[in-house]
Amino acid sequence: MGTSINTAEATREPLLADDPFVVDGVALGSRLIMGTGGAPSLDGLGDALEASGTELTTVAMRRFSPAEQGSLFQLLVDKGIRVLPNTAGCFTAHDAVLTAELAREALETDWVKLEVIADETTLLPDPIELADATEQLVGRGFKVFAYTNDDPALARRLEQLGAVAVMPLGAPIGTGLGILNPHNIELIVARAEVPVVLDAGIGTASDASLAMELGCDGVLLATAVTRAQDPVRMATAFRHAVAAGRLAAQAGRIPRREHALASSPMEGRAQFL
Amino acid sequence: MEEYRGDARMADVAVIGGGVVGLGIAWEAARSGRHVVVVDPAPGSGASFAAAGMLAAVSEYHYQEEELLGLMIASAQYWPEFASPLAAEAGYLRTPTLCIAADAADRQALADLRTVQEHYGLEVRSLSVREARRLEPLLAPAISGAFEIAADHQVDPRRLLSALLSRLGEERVVRERARGLLWEGGRVVGVRLADGRELRAAETVVANGLEARSLEGVPVPLPLRPVHGDILRLRVPPHLRPLLTATVRGLVRGKPVYLVPREDGTVVIGATQREDGSDGVSAGGVYELLRDAQALVPAVAELELYEMTARARPGTPDNAPLLGRVAARWAGKPSEGAPTDDGGDIPGLIVATGFFRHGVLLTPVAARVCREILDGATEERWAAFRPDRFMDQAQRDSAASGRTA
Repeated sequence: MGTSINTAEATREPLLADDPFVVDGVALGSRLIMGTGGAPSLDGLGDALEASGTELTTVAMRRFSPAEQGSLFQLLVDKGIRVLPNTAGCFTAHDAVLTAELAREALETDWVKLEVIADETTLLPDPIELADATEQLVGRGFKVFAYTNDDPALARRLEQLGAVAVMPLGAPIGTGLGILNPHNIELIVARAEVPVVLDAGIGTASDASLAMELGCDGVLLATAVTRAQDPVRMATAFRHAVAAGRLAAQAGRIPRREHALASSPMEGRAQFL
Repeated sequence: MEEYRGDARMADVAVIGGGVVGLGIAWEAARSGRHVVVVDPAPGSGASFAAAGMLAAVSEYHYQEEELLGLMIASAQYWPEFASPLAAEAGYLRTPTLCIAADAADRQALADLRTVQEHYGLEVRSLSVREARRLEPLLAPAISGAFEIAADHQVDPRRLLSALLSRLGEERVVRERARGLLWEGGRVVGVRLADGRELRAAETVVANGLEARSLEGVPVPLPLRPVHGDILRLRVPPHLRPLLTATVRGLVRGKPVYLVPREDGTVVIGATQREDGSDGVSAGGVYELLRDAQALVPAVAELELYEMTARARPGTPDNAPLLGRVAARWAGKPSEGAPTDDGGDIPGLIVATGFFRHGVLLTPVAARVCREILDGATEERWAAFRPDRFMDQAQRDSAASGRTA
């Protein structure tokens, strides 16, 4: 099954130690946010979370009871991973607000990843309900991480309504289609004053690198890891892919050229600097 | 119910829990000539009551769960022998299982899984849609692919429960809740009942599913959590019979669903998997099951839905059961310092819980492992399922962090 990987020791130190991901004033050592949906076993999920190096994970409040002993929440506490509750499964602003309140009471956090879904077939966000819910939740003192369409106008609007992070999708949830409109993601990033997290649609490691190269501050994914044949290996890949994309985005890439340019300087020619 | 007296003759084996696993263990022990007592306030009313009874060692395989696969395959092989004395009573049928893909991505997922299943020597035959629909004409024309697994059979868990109960005899069942284990000089010597009576036994088997968490005197924490499931029972009108001849499992837009046809003209459709802690039937769950079942077999819409049941399955962190003895070093109280390790196990105690999605399939192997333990000769290959394996892990972890500190 491929080369052996060292996941245990390597993950203790963040890959981008001097470049934390700061959101709502909190500095996180990893720019990868991992979701928990679709994991085949609790042990397997724990191993994958560890291999991903994530410090923040999102959990569907509709699907997991925080009251249970030995549950997913216990696992996250044991691993010291912060929980970002989400409102997956909500179709109306009202639904989402009730779910966020439930999460705040149960988990004692005012962070919420806001998902308001338009329909079951696409699982795309409903932009009108999303804006409405963002406004209501901000009014109630929540720190809203808004899961949104890859629409620069909507992303901007959510930020103005008080979202602490905007999370545009690369492609619909669970599709693994990658980033379908990179230009829109770039536009969202260019205008945002809050962190932008690429959320949903990631299929494999290069998708995550691309998101970071486009300027996103972080990447959120679940299915790409939890439903992979070897989740630990895939989580390790994403840990590196997110860091690689971040470094590349900061390193200043070369321009795209029509014609070849020899990498070794030609003799006798003055260097143009 | 009152025949039993707490001071009556000591049992050879007391089994706490009268689900399929507990009754299977009790029956096997009784067949080996032992005096057996089962303790359960309502035998057969827990997760076993809901179960569909698929004996699906092959199609239940999930990537990287090889140890569980080995246990499932072993149990599937024990099933014919286990079932034969119960004859047709238990509804054991050697009908095959068809795995159906609803769309191209579902087909890819099943094909990828098949590559690994075949790697482990399991037989999964790829069928064309036409071939599948020739076998099962009521399958939807628009399905995307099909795989036949001849080795995945079925049993009717409710008939199995009553067959086991009648074989054991009502006089062997104490209809009372178990409060805890009785301890005496470092060994377990029976069960303390909720009404205060003591039931003494040479060996006590903890087989009461999730309830094992609240049993007093269990020496190790049992890492069980409730994973609820909704399951439906429907009656096929005469003009549509048989709706199906094989068990049909499908992947519909990435979501699993199954339809298990019964001899009596009913069909079982299941099962959701949720960790929301809610004991009632989930409306959304019922909707999704019917929606996805109908995508595979459109005639499902014509059936009479006569029962919706929800039960909690006892889930474990690695999806494998907690089965076997517990090391004696865990018997000491933590306040008394580091546990001593003399390499032995706690006498008188066997744990058999945490069967999660696989209780019915794994009943024969659970019964066999317990009988081997009672006989004093257990196979090394079962050690991977010991109930204290997570304690060992915790100990290794703390040792590792001690080194790095």
